Amino acid sequence: MELKDFIENFANQFDDTDASEITATTVFHDLEEWSSLTALSVIGMVDEEYDITLKGADINDAVTVEDLFNTVKAKA
Amino acid sequence: MAFFHFKNVKVAGIAAGVPRHIKNNLTCERRISPHYENADFVATTGVIERRSDIELTTSDLCFKAAKQLLADLAWKPEEVDAIVMVSQTLDFIFPATACIMQDKLGCTKECYAEDIQLGCSGWVYGMSNVAALLQNGDIKKALLCVGDARGQYIRPDKEDPLFGSAGTVTALEYEEGSEGIKAHYGTDGGGYEAIIKPNGGARYPITEDSFKEIEIDGKTYTGFTTRMKGMDVFSFGISTAPKSVKRLADKFSFNYLDSDYFIFHQANKKMNDMIVKKLKLPLEKVPNCMPHFGNTSSASIPLTIVAELKGKADNGEKQFMCCGFGVGLSWGTISFKTRDFVISNLVELDSDEHML
Repeated sequence: MELKDFIENFANQFDDTDASEITATTVFHDLEEWSSLTALSVIGMVDEEYDITLKGADINDAVTVEDLFNTVKAKA
Repeated sequence: MAFFHFKNVKVAGIAAGVPRHIKNNLTCERRISPHYENADFVATTGVIERRSDIELTTSDLCFKAAKQLLADLAWKPEEVDAIVMVSQTLDFIFPATACIMQDKLGCTKECYAEDIQLGCSGWVYGMSNVAALLQNGDIKKALLCVGDARGQYIRPDKEDPLFGSAGTVTALEYEEGSEGIKAHYGTDGGGYEAIIKPNGGARYPITEDSFKEIEIDGKTYTGFTTRMKGMDVFSFGISTAPKSVKRLADKFSFNYLDSDYFIFHQANKKMNDMIVKKLKLPLEKVPNCMPHFGNTSSASIPLTIVAELKGKADNGEKQFMCCGFGVGLSWGTISFKTRDFVISNLVELDSDEHML
């Protein structure tokens, strides 16, 4: 499981946010486009790509994209 | 483990009642959330419009649907030996709504009647209850009334745009030699707070505070507003529903892909799309009624059959795979075959059409 791929998969869940805005250190809750709807897309992506079930708390507790990557990695 | 095979039971017919009044989520003036546009809500949930009328209860909708179904089946009310009602929006805290239904439909006083309180998984659970009553032939005909409509405390300006109202009726019949219904059920009460209407039951009785409005994430809630942990429910749905379908097929050694129709609880579009993808189902076998009726709780599976499969599934032999999942947390999947069963025309109700 590579951080680089995870960031790319994560960025793909956004329609209006440029992929270049999303890096390992991005505080994703602060992104203009982030909402509870985007969160569902991210949960769906993690289920599909990594076969991991994220809970709401996993999303809420992660600050940066890398934090979320580490959560997913820990569950793998 | 909660696997069942109820034999000697067949599905005779299905009807659904909905309010005539349509509410559109795209054209409505009220903004659904300060965090996203209404169009984004529609894109994610798939709910363009829904049926809702604050004058109509679940029992009103079920009652008219039941009369339609009895007429279409040519069943006399006095032949109905059992009425099971599944809802979270029953007429009273007590007595049971099924008891009132017995009287209003004109069934005899020898009729069995009970209410069951479940939501999204309710129709699938109700089917097992009724099938269990019928399978030995002690009684021959039964009605399963399932759905949700207006709640216990009405705030028309605060309606949840995800949910629509519907009351369905499924007629089941004893038929010796029939293959019946195969079923799988599961429960995770550890997630009881994932979808909850907190006040009004005995755990948190009604007080003045129950009516106080509080704001969470830009939305207004009282003690009677449904609270949903959307992300948790989403994770639950996309992981549990496909597993339940597979477990049922494994247990009874058949290929789930051989089913003619897969009907899932109409939760939201994004969730259902994921479930379909995980099971690798052909889209033409997966009808949806969410775009025009919303999430109708326990009514969503039979409503989908009525709204989408009339003229298709009611001819010849068809195999159904139906999966309900949600509040509880509770889930279940059933598989059954139908042969030329009755699907009534959608029953629409005006505001003044009441059972009581």
